[in-house]
Amino acid sequence: MKTKSNRHKPIALRTQLPKCPTGIQGLDEITGGGLPRGRPTLVCGGAGCGKTLLAAEFLVRGATQFGEPGVFLSFEETEAELKANVASLGFDLANLVRRKKIMLDYVHIERSEFQENGEYDLEGLFVRLGHAIDSTGAQRVVLDTLEVLFASLPNEAILRAELRRLFRWLKEKGVTAVITAERGREQLTRHGLEEYVSDCVILLDHRVNDQIATRHLRVVKYRGALHGTNEFPFLIGNDGIGVLPITSLSLSHMASSERIATGIPRLDAMLGGKGFFRGSSILLTGTPGTGKTIISANFAQAAARRGERVLFFSFEESPDQIIRNMNSIGLRLDPLVKRGLLRFHSARPSLYGLEMHLATLFKEIAAFKPQVVIIDPITSLMDSGTDSEGKGMVTRLVDYLKGSQITSLFTSLTQGGHTLQTSECAMSSLMDAWVLLQDFEGNGERNRVLYVLKARGMAHSNQIREFLISDRGIDVVDAYIGVSGVLTGSARVAQGDLEKAAVLASQQEAAQLKREAERKRGALERQISVLRADYETEALELRRIAEQVGTRTFVLGAERAASGRLRQADIKVAASTHGRRRNGH
Amino acid sequence: MKTKLLKPRSTSKPRPPAKLWQLRLYVVDSTPKSQAALKNLKQFCETHLKGIYRITVIDLLKQPQLARGDQILATPTVVRRLPKPVRTIIGSLSNFEHLLVGLDLRPAV
Repeated sequence: MKTKSNRHKPIALRTQLPKCPTGIQGLDEITGGGLPRGRPTLVCGGAGCGKTLLAAEFLVRGATQFGEPGVFLSFEETEAELKANVASLGFDLANLVRRKKIMLDYVHIERSEFQENGEYDLEGLFVRLGHAIDSTGAQRVVLDTLEVLFASLPNEAILRAELRRLFRWLKEKGVTAVITAERGREQLTRHGLEEYVSDCVILLDHRVNDQIATRHLRVVKYRGALHGTNEFPFLIGNDGIGVLPITSLSLSHMASSERIATGIPRLDAMLGGKGFFRGSSILLTGTPGTGKTIISANFAQAAARRGERVLFFSFEESPDQIIRNMNSIGLRLDPLVKRGLLRFHSARPSLYGLEMHLATLFKEIAAFKPQVVIIDPITSLMDSGTDSEGKGMVTRLVDYLKGSQITSLFTSLTQGGHTLQTSECAMSSLMDAWVLLQDFEGNGERNRVLYVLKARGMAHSNQIREFLISDRGIDVVDAYIGVSGVLTGSARVAQGDLEKAAVLASQQEAAQLKREAERKRGALERQISVLRADYETEALELRRIAEQVGTRTFVLGAERAASGRLRQADIKVAASTHGRRRNGH
Repeated sequence: MKTKLLKPRSTSKPRPPAKLWQLRLYVVDSTPKSQAALKNLKQFCETHLKGIYRITVIDLLKQPQLARGDQILATPTVVRRLPKPVRTIIGSLSNFEHLLVGLDLRPAV
């Protein structure tokens, strides 16, 4: 059964050690399935870092989730104390003890109350533990904190020999044991317990950075298994310990090709006409007052109207304030809140540490199961931790949201004129889409512009657009690019007017030219017709003259013949006269 | 049971009259160590507490649930239930001088 269930797990290889799931959120991820089954694990750490709670949760989850009873051998806290302490994590230890799922045994040994005389061993402890294991059928054992024995038993040689035997015995019993120990100065544990427990060592740590305390967990050693070697922050919340892997070991989340509209049609158009991908992470960067919240609210409204659940985390404004402010631009969010599609969660960033915020986010998300999450603004949340913690937190959050196929919109406040700050750069590599909002000053006014800096996996506009916020909502319009840069606001309007005037002027000019041409053509045609008329007159005259000449010649000839006949002159004479005149020449 | 006054044989100053001594010896199985402890204890009592002691031997292998009551960790362990206060001595009880101190029969030097 166990090997079968292991085989189903994607990470577990067939050759790997059988694992014992702890059920502790995140720890099983880091260790690739849990603690080594049937072997002891050492959990060490300083005071107050949660060793006992981790051990207790291991037992409680084993009993409640995995059907594995457990034994808690406590050397420090009494049974009543233990019950009370873990009750704060929501575990009903008393009930589990009543149902014989868990057996608590307080081993109390006071140095002043006994004396040593002669040889002895710790067989009594073995018997006690053995009895507890056998009577509950325990598969999990916690020894918390074994090191107390070093203070109580004066003979360290015997103790060390017995501890070695104890761990071997625990292995023989086949129980998965968690042994807690105090952190030592130069070694992992104060009394070098790590030399007996060599299979798995987990180190807990509680550090204060910039006045913010964070607990960390690190798997120092895990024989025979792959494990995350980093330090992982962990939280002790009111439902147990939560280890938060900075990044999950795999980068294998699904990528949906479904697109979702932003609620601003022109912005959708800039994003290949369809909006963002579902499940992607979107960063909205802008200086103060550039309309980040408004665009977020638009996005939220659009999603809720599609029937999706939207979770809006606000770290600057109260829900009422957001609803009121959005009403002023005609964005009515309260009906969506009433229908249960939109939920606000407001908290001051300084309320608690980053890890607690993150845990709250996770819890809210897990409870509401939204399709869209908006965090406004992520920067003020990041400010409540150190730089690297902030980045780590965003990574974890993005990872978590992507893993759950939740579309996330983060707004980020940038200071001053610099819109691309280094922190944003670090964050932006995690983001699938980045929309930048900016103010343009000039011409005695301030105007908002928007552009898409990046959008993975889609053709997107490279244009800067101006967006206007009016009582009817957001309107994205083309910005004019003039000689002096992008023109917005009244400059844009002026430029528009100028261009209109120019068009009008050139239209008029063209008409003028056309009229001129018409006129010229008319004049030409008139000239042509005059010339033609002249020509025709002349031609007529010429014809008339030619006719007159012809007539006159004929008449002349006829007259001559007639006179010759009248004078009876010889034709021959006449003819020779003609010839003579010619020769005499 | 009737108590009998007994003059301590040791050279130390006389002890006040003692009532019945109830001693419990916790052992696990009859290992050489447990046998040695029982032998030593009996011998010690015969020497110092003759007639006013009662030894109960508890084998934790047979009655493991009894280990919790007296907070038994190491074996063998002798627990002086009476007279009060409860005294616990672990080991095979090979050193009688120490045992005298441990059982309040002689004040520690």
